[in-house]
Amino acid sequence: MTDHQHSQADPPNERGVLPGLLKGLATTARTLARPTHTAEYPDAQPQLPPRTRGVIALLEENCTNCMLCARECPDWCIYIDSHKETLPATTPGGRERQRNVLDRFAIDFSLCMYCGICIEVCPFDALHWSPEFEYAEVDVLDLLHEKSRLGQWMPTVPPPPALDPNSAEPAEITAANKPARKAPEARP
Amino acid sequence: MNAALEVVLRSVIVLVSFLVLPLVVGQMEHKVMAHMQGRLGPMYAGGFHGWAQLVADGVKFVQKEDITPRAADRWVFRLAPAVALVPYLVALSVIPLSATVVAANVGAGVLFVLAASAVGILGLLMAGWSSANKYALLGGMRAAAQLLSYELPLVLSVASVALAAGTVSLTGIADAWSPLWLLWQLPGALVFLIAAVAELQRSPFDMPIADSEIVMGPFTEYTGLRFAFFLLSEYAGIVVMSLLFAVLFLGGWHGPFSDGLGPVWTLLKGALIAVLIIWLRVAWPRLREDQLQRLAWLVLVPVALAQLALTSVWVVLSSR
Repeated sequence: MTDHQHSQADPPNERGVLPGLLKGLATTARTLARPTHTAEYPDAQPQLPPRTRGVIALLEENCTNCMLCARECPDWCIYIDSHKETLPATTPGGRERQRNVLDRFAIDFSLCMYCGICIEVCPFDALHWSPEFEYAEVDVLDLLHEKSRLGQWMPTVPPPPALDPNSAEPAEITAANKPARKAPEARP
Repeated sequence: MNAALEVVLRSVIVLVSFLVLPLVVGQMEHKVMAHMQGRLGPMYAGGFHGWAQLVADGVKFVQKEDITPRAADRWVFRLAPAVALVPYLVALSVIPLSATVVAANVGAGVLFVLAASAVGILGLLMAGWSSANKYALLGGMRAAAQLLSYELPLVLSVASVALAAGTVSLTGIADAWSPLWLLWQLPGALVFLIAAVAELQRSPFDMPIADSEIVMGPFTEYTGLRFAFFLLSEYAGIVVMSLLFAVLFLGGWHGPFSDGLGPVWTLLKGALIAVLIIWLRVAWPRLREDQLQRLAWLVLVPVALAQLALTSVWVVLSSR
């Protein structure tokens, strides 16, 4: 067999196949000697990063039934029912007030694609990401979480991560730290 | 009566080791392969690091439905796993663990082992042919071609050792072994190791079962216990070939305190070779079918012949 035929049949590696084979052996042996990276999940809880998208929690008190989340949801998996309630006037001769009452707020997690648009779009911070993820169900219909269940996720929502060092202070704190306006001096 | 009892006892011991050692190798493969890939492998079955994983697998296989395809050649199809499995059991019975610890001390042990393990090929051919499945047929043909090619270098390298020892008895060869053999039988040992891995159809020589090309080759149509028997025969083959390598090329029971610890040394050396075979599977990709034949006929056979010539010259010169 000539060298020409040899180079046609073998992979186009100038040094032949042996260095690659030895390298494969060395790599696997090195990996064998190192500890594995496996997290044994059911026994050890995973170290989830902040802002993990596990499940969506609802803070019902903040919800104004504005329907922005339901309308922005790409797969329409948020169901909101509400009605208006008339409050009697608190002072005699006063005006009656109306307010929205939330009857139903449900997210169907069998449809949800965890895009987080509803949370982004909520102007009143009623929706939050929670890192909890262990809510698998045997029946797919049980993945429809009503507002009571969504509210139960609220305690698992982590506090927002700290600001980066040297970043500007949040607008709320800046406003609160402003010196109070001086009281106008009394005229003589 | 006493002799009959001894025969029964020896057979039972061989059968038990035949059922235990492949599982040990299989578990070793699970764990070693996992850690080589940065995983943990089985961790649950049995409690401690998943030691009972293969037992659990066996229980699972027993529960599965035993399907014979309608178009299959029924009796051949159902007999094939046994034909693949039993030869390794027979081969294991004549492999010595030390000069005295051997179930059946056959005079021509080397020939017996090679002949018996070659019968296992028939099981694969039967399975491939009788399954009435194109993948099984392709796998069976590949197996036949591969095993035919690699039987020759295997036999030639063993012949070199037998020539060097002046005997075809396995205990005789291991007794004649000296550490110098590690050096001047090295080419033959390498050829034997490569050919043995190819005979076992383990990666990188697993084209007959190549699951990414032809599903599972001859095993495609098998389910349940019969499929498990094929898997068991693969691991029994590793045990047989590893122990054979240890006895032929590594001196078997030669080592410190070999009077008392002889069998331990043989098993230890065999385990080392088994780990090496597992390691090759993890590290190396599968060869192509033509590369396989090229390796056998253009590399292994010439090297084995050269080794045979070297050994015969040595034997003739040293016997003067």
